[in-house]
Amino acid sequence: MIPSLPRPRWLRTATVTYLAAFLAFLFLPLIVVAVFAFNNAPYPAPPWHGFTWDWFLGNPTSGRVGLFKDADLLGSIWTSFVVAIWVTVLSVLIGISNAFLIERKNFAGKQVLSVLMLAPLVIPGVILGISILAFASRVAEFIDDTFGWDWDYLRPGLPLVVLGQFSYVATIATLTISARLRRFDRTLEEAALNLGASKPAVFRTIVLPYLRPALIGSAAISFLMSFADFNTTLMLVGADSPLTVEMYGRMREGATPVLNAVSLFLMLASALLALGLMRGGPRTKSTAAAG
Amino acid sequence: MASLGIEPKWQGRLGLGLLLAPAILWLGALIVLPHVDLAVLSLRERIGPRHYVPSLAQYRTFFTEPLYWHVFVRTAVMSVIATFLTLLLAFPIAWIIAKLAKGRSGSLLFILCLIPFWVSETVRTLGWMILLRESGVLPALLVKLGITAVPVELLYHDATIMVGLVYTSLLFMLIPLVSSLESLDNSLIEAAYDLGANGFTTLRTVVIPHAAPGITAGCIVVFMLTLGNYLTPTLLGGKSSQWFTEQIYNQFITRFNWEQGAALGFLLLGLSTALVMLGLRLAGQRFGDVMRRT
Repeated sequence: MIPSLPRPRWLRTATVTYLAAFLAFLFLPLIVVAVFAFNNAPYPAPPWHGFTWDWFLGNPTSGRVGLFKDADLLGSIWTSFVVAIWVTVLSVLIGISNAFLIERKNFAGKQVLSVLMLAPLVIPGVILGISILAFASRVAEFIDDTFGWDWDYLRPGLPLVVLGQFSYVATIATLTISARLRRFDRTLEEAALNLGASKPAVFRTIVLPYLRPALIGSAAISFLMSFADFNTTLMLVGADSPLTVEMYGRMREGATPVLNAVSLFLMLASALLALGLMRGGPRTKSTAAAG
Repeated sequence: MASLGIEPKWQGRLGLGLLLAPAILWLGALIVLPHVDLAVLSLRERIGPRHYVPSLAQYRTFFTEPLYWHVFVRTAVMSVIATFLTLLLAFPIAWIIAKLAKGRSGSLLFILCLIPFWVSETVRTLGWMILLRESGVLPALLVKLGITAVPVELLYHDATIMVGLVYTSLLFMLIPLVSSLESLDNSLIEAAYDLGANGFTTLRTVVIPHAAPGITAGCIVVFMLTLGNYLTPTLLGGKSSQWFTEQIYNQFITRFNWEQGAALGFLLLGLSTALVMLGLRLAGQRFGDVMRRT
């Protein structure tokens, strides 16, 4: 079972075969997506008709709209990007605040609050979406009835999408940053205070640099989760579609390989992000998974 | 945090207040109040324009309309099966990563297994559609190999939905499994071997009890995500997907029947919570510990 124990030959062969089959299963969908982004045919399907850049560069006049000429698709990437930046900034900020609240403060109801903070992870995304949709519309109605103001951003649209995604991404940022803060050696902080540093100076020069890996990790996770979110977004989306919703709409209609092109673009972007994070320092198996 | 020239006690209170405010605003305005509102919504009936009365009508509809509870049960059963299959498929890989691969190669293998999940579910589902649809890669391959005479449609079956669900869940099973297997001391396995236990007995009496927290965590997360999934069942299952989240979407967005949609949403939430509780009870674990593990 483990290397130090004798393993029969068939078991070794079976292990290697299974691993190979598993990796093929994992990568096959991504490989076909990438390959058919370059197929010279109107649909992403075999047989292979030769190599083309059309699905990236094609002009509307040529009958093939490539990714870089597809205004709707580019617009939806931009929308996703803006939403993800908002969600990331909000989540990391509240993550820091919550980490200090949970790790450093004692107050009545702390247990309840820390369990409640985990709740967004157990609530299906669709339900987070509809509950926020319904509540926002009730608040909008109330404000309209009471003050006569028409608050458009409480109607389905990007502000609600940001809030919807933030509602559960905040939990993940909180968990990541608290876990790091918990392992912090407080004597370092005390030493700095004894040496005459002010509290803000200690926070800036000692605590924040220590938290840095968790902040970067949680920012990357928040960004990716926001960019990839579908369930919550679908319920709250208005006129401007983020990329996942736009792609979903086109996939239902049987789209051209321009979707493969945008997918390949996403793969390369996330690969770059992953490489950037890995250069951040040596990582163990577990931290590689957590952020 | 800054010394504001006020008494330390008040300074502490102020600090606590400043840290509490964002947390309460987040949980109150985005989680608690919306769900209370959703509950209220599900418990009323529209009897005229802007006129509502408290009623259980929406929940009654769920039980009297066979379509609703049929889809409800189907979603639950398929999610349980998908969770089990994911565990079965992921466990050997987690074992290879945590125990068989030496040093760096283990980390590299783990990262390799995580890479596909850096891209969104939409992209991965697109890949499966290209592979499986009638004009797709696998049907063409089957014809070429002489297994089928004409291309067969591999999309829009329950098995297709299952493949998609298992695929998309693997990551959430692998992470807790690997971390719980890594913490298992190899000498325990060696001891079991020396005492004459065969592989199966060792697995049952040493490995699984040790990995139980990781297994529970993985199963709970995978089950919840599968139950609440929308993209994979609708795209891979097409019109025959019959997934419960789809019903909620239809009521809320397509038919604008928010009362019915809210009731269905609560039923899904109830189902999800009940099965998570059951899982925790069976494994004898606490919710907080499980969530921190993943």
